[in-house]
Amino acid sequence: MNRLAPVAAQGHAPVMAPSSGGLRGALSDLFWRRPRFLLVLMLAPPLLWLGIVYIGSLFALLLQSFFSIDEFSGLINRQFTLKTYGDLLQAANVDIIVRTVVMAALVTLASAIIAFPIAYYAARYARGRWKALFYLAVMLPLWSSYLVKVYAWKLILAKEGILTWLLGKLHLGWLLDAWLALPYVGGSSLSVSATGTFIAFVYVWLPFMILPIQAALERVPANLVEASSDLGASPGQTFRNILLPLALPGVVAGSIFTFSLTLGDYIIPQIIGTSRLFIGMAVYAQQGTAGNIPLAAAFTVVPIVIMGFYLWGAKRLGAFDAL
Amino acid sequence: MRSDRSQTAPLALKIAAGCGLAFLHLPILLIFVYAFTTEEKTFQWPLPGLTLQWFGITWNRPDVWQALSLSVRVAAISTVIALVLGTLCAAAVSRSRFFGRETISLLVILPIALPGIITGIALRSAFSLAEIPFSFWTIVLGHATFCVVVVYNNAVARFRRTSASLIEASYDLGADGFQTFRYCVLPNIATALLAGGMLAFALSFDEVIVTTFTAGQQQTVPIWMLEELIRPRQRPVTNVVAMVVVLVTFLPILLAYYLTRDGDQIAGTGK
Repeated sequence: MNRLAPVAAQGHAPVMAPSSGGLRGALSDLFWRRPRFLLVLMLAPPLLWLGIVYIGSLFALLLQSFFSIDEFSGLINRQFTLKTYGDLLQAANVDIIVRTVVMAALVTLASAIIAFPIAYYAARYARGRWKALFYLAVMLPLWSSYLVKVYAWKLILAKEGILTWLLGKLHLGWLLDAWLALPYVGGSSLSVSATGTFIAFVYVWLPFMILPIQAALERVPANLVEASSDLGASPGQTFRNILLPLALPGVVAGSIFTFSLTLGDYIIPQIIGTSRLFIGMAVYAQQGTAGNIPLAAAFTVVPIVIMGFYLWGAKRLGAFDAL
Repeated sequence: MRSDRSQTAPLALKIAAGCGLAFLHLPILLIFVYAFTTEEKTFQWPLPGLTLQWFGITWNRPDVWQALSLSVRVAAISTVIALVLGTLCAAAVSRSRFFGRETISLLVILPIALPGIITGIALRSAFSLAEIPFSFWTIVLGHATFCVVVVYNNAVARFRRTSASLIEASYDLGADGFQTFRYCVLPNIATALLAGGMLAFALSFDEVIVTTFTAGQQQTVPIWMLEELIRPRQRPVTNVVAMVVVLVTFLPILLAYYLTRDGDQIAGTGK
């Protein structure tokens, strides 16, 4: 107390000027007395923006999927009908949906397999500078331009490109030719085959899988793995019975991204791939050249429904804690 | 008794992780090499020769400059809108508990969790229903909507680390609400906002799917590139632009990383 007294006596000036009166003071007092008022004031702009611009548009879209198109005049008939959803079930459209879902599932599986070693190394062995380096090594490809990444694979997979050259040097050209001769996955070159589409998808979405798996693995205590091997488990058994179950929420969290992004993408299959349509391309074609907005809207409901079920399942597996 | 903790990874894991990282990075490096090729018509490898002429030719292309200017303006304005909306939302969610709080987080994340084509076509159909013609502002409207989430994620993480007693202390010392915000809250969240803003800028600068639905005839850099990929005119120019785009997006990402590395999680998984 004694030591404080002289300081108080000297009467140090406050660092900040005392509260000013007028409108500003009144507002400030109002915010302090009624925190709810301030809360509403803070929430109103973002909620109005997202509510009107985004949710409003989504409802407009949903609404249009219940309209139908007049097949002769090409005009949109604004009466409620389920006819457009009936069109969605035509064999050609079901084909598109199945193709897209199969591709999304394969891409998810492949990304998980490639991502796991990277995430495991980063989570368990990388320390200090290496850890930061690993983190940046995943972040930079994640954030670098999507189109540039797709373009890079166009260069690599081209018939005259580096991959053909490399396989030729390794005397494996026959393997590539044999693969391209297969139905479904093949084509005249990798850049116009379903295999090419698959590789580009895996490449572009891979970082989205690494980060959540790494987050899940960081939480696995290292001594669990040691205990498992102390008790005589082989590395394979440890992986199957200890690591994989504990990392599964992370894998599922990552798969939300890879699955959802593949379902909705229309640029990769357009640039690298066959002329067979995916959901995204069908939506784009229907709303653009065909002018059939109702069918395009109905098509977008498919990924929304699939992702709805997917998210529901993921939530039950506890995947959201790993995000 | 303690078991020996092995510090070195098994060789197979090292190789698998190394190959994975190489898979992530080599394709981007290849873009850099191709910017110097003398080959005009094909993607021939090995490169027949090296040249710097494409940099000069790209420099003199007005369409590239127009696309770049549009992209930068859209990204700048979208970032400003996202900064305001994202910060407000993060402040509201982190300083109080209220009914529907969880729903707000979901609402902010939704534009990025749903495939871009849904956001895009939803906006386009809304524009056509409301008879709004495509313009600079229709692009901004779409971009700002999905940029809110990166600002929000960064700001929420920082608010969580900032102690509420700091704000109380400021009030106790006689500052009013505006002074508290200016001298107490803002300095604490400034770097997080800067990082969020940079990521939002990079996200907007790179976005193509939503933009194809809201741009009409206008060309941002990604739309210009998409156009070149589908109907190539001068391939080497595309190579140079691709390389420049990679370099331009790396800078804000690296800066954002250094601004938030002390304890914050960068909002990368929320992209």
